[in-house]
Amino acid sequence: MEARIGLRNTKSILFKSLIIFLAFVITIPLIIVLLYIIKQGVTQVNWHFLTKIPAPVGEAGGGIANALLGSFIIVAAASVIAIPIGMLAGIYLSENGRTRLAYYAGLCVDVLQGVPSIVIGIVVYFWLVKPMGTFSAISGSIALAIMMLPIVIRATEQTLLLLPPSLKEAALSLGVPYHRVILKVVVPCGFAGILSGITLSIARIIGETAPLLFTAFGNPYLSTSLSKPMETLPHVIFTYATSPYDDWHNLAWGASFILLLFVLILNIFTKLLTRKWKIQL
Amino acid sequence: MEKKDDINSFAKKAKVTLQMKNKRLDLSHSQMKWETIFRRILIVMSVILLILVGGILITLIMQSMPSIKSLGLGFLWGKVWDPVNNIYGAYPFLIGTLLTSFTALIISIPFSYAVSIYLGEYNSKGWLSELLKNTIELIAAVPSIIYGFWGLFVLVPIIRSFEAKIGVAPYGVGIFTSSLVLAVMIIPYAASLGTSLIRMVPSPLKEGAYALGATRFEVIRSVVLPYTRSGLFAGILLSLGRALGETMAVTLLIGNTSQLANSFKNIFFGPGNTMASVIANEFTEADHTVYLSALIELGLVLFLVTVIINVIGKRIISGYTNN
Amino acid sequence: MENTVVSAEHINAYYGDNHAIKDVNIKINRNEVIAMMGPSGCGKTTFLRCINRMHELIPNARAEGVMKLDGEDVYKMNVIYVRYKIGMVFQRPNPFPNLSIYENVIAGYLLNGIKISKSDKDFIVEKSLTSAALWNEVKDSLHKKGTFLSGGQQQRLCIARAIAMEPEVILFDEPTSALDPISTSSVEALFHELKAKYTLIIVTHNMQQAARVSDKTAFFYVGELVEFDDTKTMFTSPKDTRTQNYITGRFS
Repeated sequence: MEARIGLRNTKSILFKSLIIFLAFVITIPLIIVLLYIIKQGVTQVNWHFLTKIPAPVGEAGGGIANALLGSFIIVAAASVIAIPIGMLAGIYLSENGRTRLAYYAGLCVDVLQGVPSIVIGIVVYFWLVKPMGTFSAISGSIALAIMMLPIVIRATEQTLLLLPPSLKEAALSLGVPYHRVILKVVVPCGFAGILSGITLSIARIIGETAPLLFTAFGNPYLSTSLSKPMETLPHVIFTYATSPYDDWHNLAWGASFILLLFVLILNIFTKLLTRKWKIQL
Repeated sequence: MEKKDDINSFAKKAKVTLQMKNKRLDLSHSQMKWETIFRRILIVMSVILLILVGGILITLIMQSMPSIKSLGLGFLWGKVWDPVNNIYGAYPFLIGTLLTSFTALIISIPFSYAVSIYLGEYNSKGWLSELLKNTIELIAAVPSIIYGFWGLFVLVPIIRSFEAKIGVAPYGVGIFTSSLVLAVMIIPYAASLGTSLIRMVPSPLKEGAYALGATRFEVIRSVVLPYTRSGLFAGILLSLGRALGETMAVTLLIGNTSQLANSFKNIFFGPGNTMASVIANEFTEADHTVYLSALIELGLVLFLVTVIINVIGKRIISGYTNN
Repeated sequence: MENTVVSAEHINAYYGDNHAIKDVNIKINRNEVIAMMGPSGCGKTTFLRCINRMHELIPNARAEGVMKLDGEDVYKMNVIYVRYKIGMVFQRPNPFPNLSIYENVIAGYLLNGIKISKSDKDFIVEKSLTSAALWNEVKDSLHKKGTFLSGGQQQRLCIARAIAMEPEVILFDEPTSALDPISTSSVEALFHELKAKYTLIIVTHNMQQAARVSDKTAFFYVGELVEFDDTKTMFTSPKDTRTQNYITGRFS
């Protein structure tokens, strides 16, 4: 009997060791990738790299200024589109959760969250690029905005659902109209939670390449026009990584490092926001 | 005299009060108007979501029509993809997609489960579990293009020499390599869901088992895992959905060959294509209607499959959170 | 000026099919403190919320009948205006966490975008906080957020916030049930002061409180208004056996 118990205990300890081993071993690939990118990329980054546009093939020098500016513009435009729509839809869902519209809209949010990003690129190509006759930054922004929506909507909805109903009641009983109650009391109180959804969605889309392949396309020159093609960080990594030139490979490492940096900073910022809000609750 | 003053000042006061009341009433009326406008705007925003999803579906179907009409259902099991000669068969990409996704899934499951069980059962609080949790979430945060780029320059040479050693053609790129990278990329999806579910297992259930003398392992095996079984399955579905739709890492690592090799070994260790990668590579070069439309039909299939998987997964999960 | 400030005529309220308030008729006079008491689920809170139309926040809730404020039917008036004229204090103190104490008091103006001069604002804040017996305790921390205040202080802040709007009537929904005894007595002390300017309607599950603070008491039971009388009479010689049973503790 005691031998049986001993065996069972041993099994339990072995199992725990296996679990711990597997759980931590899987962090190794990530660490390897991060370290490699940092090692290859950090040496590429200098003032020149950040402020010059790519040089023609064979010429030394050149940088990713066009991609940096392009990413900034396209992400900003996508945010301008997605944030208001996402917040308002999230407000509707949190306030009217039991209606049929809320049910189907919620279903649509789930669907949008699962759509492969390349499919969104295809669709926006037919909605905007073909009618406009040209690749354009705005079409890229719209594709990215569609990807941002589910995250912003869910963050807004869940944040507002966590707020106590007494907040709304207090404001309404003072004779404040509904829209001011939502916009001046409820949303400000949920600000951190909503903002964390926004930063999370931005972190998600600045690294997205697939939806930009047939929308924003790419552009070797600095451009600020929304109706022309525009270069972005992830796309320039794709182009240079798959090229046969070592120079361009180096640029791609540098760009990867910068992109990784942005993504990391945004994710850390999001984590700090959610932590702060939990404390306030 | 005083009475008249009193009456006058009383009348004045009443007039001022009435003015204030009317001003306030006016304000309330205009506020009511804005309130109605706001409520309508909220509804419109939600309707936009419906229109968006409907629009995506309709666009995909409409643009696939030329291909559906001329190629019919045989498209899905046509084994040859030869745009130059106008022959379109999706079978190689179905194989590529299924092989990469399921291989990645199988590789990732032990790790996702291990993370879920560790974070859910053995160590749910404290700095070490926070560290692990954040690291796993970081895996999902890294853009897929970066995984693809790294894989192309670091993993592919390693796989190439590995393939030479085991006696297959040493391409380096291919389904096997893509599956490896994909496996790591999809772990966070099942892992974070699994962690939340395992943490939700009610203590009384576990305590009952411990009281009967069960070991930790036995409690996990006979109480925790069965209780969370369908939820963990939902997590696998979500990981699968992610794998099916993954484009950039796969595009860089899969070798972009639309021809199906002759043996399973050659298919698995050799280059191929997935539905997503062939779209990424050939979309801008598709010069005639049926070619483009065939690619979009692939996109439609991708869309339908990933949406169904995701919605099923989410339904299962909401079953858990409602309990 | 007529002495009736609130007049309920044949009020019936429903939650879906549940008939929660059955044909309630009551006339409430100006500058009195009215207590509404009764066992849990008797409808007193529902009726209170029907007065300023807060019952409309619950889906499926509807009220029928005529509820007059100063002679006008509130169910036909602009609801925003109704709630401006009738103040409400809730069971759990709910100052706005994102506003300072100063801003909380004048929240009714701030949130509505009503422009008033700084000196007017200061005046209203001081006057309201004084009427709520809170001025001395917070006058040096007006611009801090109110989260450090005790429960009783927070509740008095909510009362100040309601008073700042110069309502006709102030409704209290079990205002002290979430407070400790000391805070409770500080709030109860206010009622006597406030009735000089306002009419107070207080829902309470605490009989002793009703007896302590009110001029008249209404007893609700299973959705009906069983008895409404001067508090002294109600508690010494109630007319209805149900009232008597409640007072003597036959049912909680």
